[in-house]
Amino acid sequence: MEPIREGIKLLPDDRFRKIDLRKKIRVPELIAQATLFLTGVLSIVITVLIVFELGKEAFLFFGESDVTLIKFFGTTKWQPGIGQYGIWALVSATLTTSVIAIAISLPLGLASAVYLSEYASHNVRSIFKPILEILAGIPTVVYGYFALLFVTPILRGIFGEGISVYNMLSAGLVMGIMILPLISSMSEDAMSAVPSSLREAAYAMGATKFETSLQVVLPAALSGIGAAIIIGISRAVGETMIVAVAAGAGPNFTFDPLEAAETMTGHIARISGGDLSYNSIDYNSLFAIALMLFLVTFVLNLVSQHIVARYRERYE
Amino acid sequence: MTKPTVYPEGDDLQKLLSGRYQKAAIWQFAFLGALMVAIIALMGLIYNVADGAFGFIVYEYKTAPSKFTSTPLNELSKAELLSILNNELSSGAYKKLDNEKPLTKRGQAELMELFMERLVRMDVKATYSLTDSLFSADRIRAEVTETYPNAIIEFRSWLTPQFLTSPMSSRAEFAGVRTAILGSLWLVGISILFALPVGTGAAVYLQEYAPKNWLSTAIQTNINNLAGVPSIVYGMLGLAVFVRWLEPITSGSMFGVVDSNGRTVLAAGLTMGILSLPLIIINAQEAIKAVPNGLRQAAYGVGATRWQTVWYHVLPNALPGILTGSILALSRSLGETAPLIVVGASTFISIDPSSPFSKFTALPIQIYQWTTRAQSEFHAIAAAAIIVLLILLLTLNATAITLRNKFQRRW
Repeated sequence: MEPIREGIKLLPDDRFRKIDLRKKIRVPELIAQATLFLTGVLSIVITVLIVFELGKEAFLFFGESDVTLIKFFGTTKWQPGIGQYGIWALVSATLTTSVIAIAISLPLGLASAVYLSEYASHNVRSIFKPILEILAGIPTVVYGYFALLFVTPILRGIFGEGISVYNMLSAGLVMGIMILPLISSMSEDAMSAVPSSLREAAYAMGATKFETSLQVVLPAALSGIGAAIIIGISRAVGETMIVAVAAGAGPNFTFDPLEAAETMTGHIARISGGDLSYNSIDYNSLFAIALMLFLVTFVLNLVSQHIVARYRERYE
Repeated sequence: MTKPTVYPEGDDLQKLLSGRYQKAAIWQFAFLGALMVAIIALMGLIYNVADGAFGFIVYEYKTAPSKFTSTPLNELSKAELLSILNNELSSGAYKKLDNEKPLTKRGQAELMELFMERLVRMDVKATYSLTDSLFSADRIRAEVTETYPNAIIEFRSWLTPQFLTSPMSSRAEFAGVRTAILGSLWLVGISILFALPVGTGAAVYLQEYAPKNWLSTAIQTNINNLAGVPSIVYGMLGLAVFVRWLEPITSGSMFGVVDSNGRTVLAAGLTMGILSLPLIIINAQEAIKAVPNGLRQAAYGVGATRWQTVWYHVLPNALPGILTGSILALSRSLGETAPLIVVGASTFISIDPSSPFSKFTALPIQIYQWTTRAQSEFHAIAAAAIIVLLILLLTLNATAITLRNKFQRRW
C-alpha cells in the first residue's frame, strides 16, 4: 500500500472533519414513518371493523332463540317481525336481477371491448371511450329513475298487463347497462395486453381479423375477461339504488323477472330508511344480510384479483 | 394413420375465402352494434331526463287570487303582498314565518311565493313530458279544457334559478334543492378533510416505505378489495360505528349540542370518507408511481433523508395527480345514495345544514325520494334535480381533467 502514497502530498489528519456515517435514529423521521404506517394499516382496520361490527349484530340475530341456520337458508319467507327468516325470499331477487344484468352486459361489454381493442382506429376510440366513461360515471340513482320511468313503460308496452309496475326485468336490464362499461374496459385492458406477436402470427397464417380476435386474442385474454366478469357479478349483487327504485318493495320468493321482488340490498335500503329502533330483530337481521353481501362480494373480488395477478405474470 | 388434409383449390378456395370474409364483416358489424347499444342507452337516459324536466303543467287555484286582491297578479307590490299575508294568514302561521325570516325583510319575489304557496294554493292536475308538450300540444289543450275547464295550462321548465335557491317543500311546484346541494357540499367537504390526508398517507407508505413482506401485500390486496365492497355495506358500517358507537361525538353532545342524534352530516361525511378512501389511495399510488426514480435518487444522493425526499420531491411532483384522482373519487361519492339512506339522511328537511352536527339531506337522496313518489310532478322535479347533479358531476370531472392537463409533466 505504501508505495502508492509516495509522491502524494498528504494533508494533515485534522483537516478532515470526522463524520460518523453510522445510521442515526432521527425522531422526526420515525414519527413520519409511523404515521404513514398507521394510515396504511387503517384499511385493514376498516376491514376488521366491517367484519366485526356486521358480525356482532348478525351474531345477535342468529342468537335469537327461534332463528336457526336451517330456517335461514332453508325457507323462503322473510318477515323477521313475525318469525319468518327465510333469506331465499331476498336472494332469489338478487340472483334474478344479477343474472339478467350479466346476460346483458357480458355479450355487449365483450363485443364492445373486441371492437375497441381490435378494430377501432385511434380516432374512433377517442370518441367511444369517453362515452363509455360517462356511462360508468352516472350515479346509480339516476339509473334507477331511468329504469322506472323509461324502461318500465316500454316493457309494459311490450308485455301489457303481464308485467307489474315494479319488476325485476327492468331493474336487471338497466343494471346490465350500468355494468357494461366496467366489463368492457376491463376486458379491453386484458385484450390490449395480449402481445401483438400473437396477432401477427395469426395474420401471417391468413386469418381474418375476426378469426384472430375470436380465436387468438380472446382465448389469450380469457383470464382477464374472467376477472372482469367476476367483478361485474360482484357489482350486480351489491347494486342498491336501481333495484330499490325499480324492482319493487317487499320480499317475494320468485324467479319470474316480470314480477316485483326485493333484493338483499333493496331490503336493507328500505328497512333502514324508515324509523328503525336499535336492537330490534329487524335491525339485527339487516346486519346478517349485509354480512352475507360483504362476504360474497369480498370473496368474488379476491378471486378476481388472484386471476388478474396470475395472468399478468404470464405476459410480462 | 390420419387422412392427409385436402386443401380446397380454385373455385372452392374462393368460395371458402369469401365465406370467411363475409362472416368477418358481419361480426365486425355486430361488435360495433354492441357499442351502439351503449350509446343508445346513454342517449335514451339523457332524453328521458330532459323529457321529464320540462313540459306542460295543468293547475287550478284552490282559491282564486281575485278573492284577496283586485290588482292583477303580476302587478302586486311588496306592500300589498305584506298586507294580504298579514290579513289572511292565521296569526300562528304568520308568527312562525316571521320568526324564520322577518316578512318585512323579504323581497317581493319571496313574498309572492309565500302568497302563492299559502293562500292561493296551486292544485296540480296533470303534468306532461317535453315530447308530448311539443308534438301534441293541441290535443293536450283540447283534453285539458274538456276535463278541467277552470284550469290554467302553461309550459314550465322545472329547472329554474328558483329551483336551485328554494328549500325543500312538500309541494313539488315550490320545492327546491338548496338544502340538498348544501348537504351534498357538506358531505363532500367532510369526506375530503378525512380521506385526502389519510389516503395520501397510505399511498405514500405503500409506495415509498412499505417493505416487501406479507403485511404490505395484505394491505395492498385489502385496499383493492375494499374498492369493490358494495357501498351499502359501508352504510351499515357507518350506521354501527359513527351513528351508534361514536354517537357522543357525531351527535355533538360531547361539544354541548343538544337535540340531535347520531344521524348527522358528520357521521354521513365520515362514512363517505371511508367509502372513497380505497379509490383515493389507488389513484394516489398511481400518481406517486409516475414520479421518476431519478428524482428520488438525486435527493438521496445529496443526503436527504427519506421523509425529506418524500416531502420536498415526491409529493410536490405527484400532487396534481393525487388531486385529480381525489376529485374523481369524490365525484363518485357525490352520487352515492345507498350509504346515505342507511346512515339516516333526513328525507324532508327545509333548514340548511349549518354545522357538522346538523341533520341533512343530499341531492341523490332527494332524487330517490322524488322518483319513488307516485305523483308525476315529483318525477318532474326529480328530473330537474338529476340535471343539477349531472352538471355538478360534469363540472367536477372537467376540473379534474383540466388540472391534469395543466400540471401533467412528461418525464
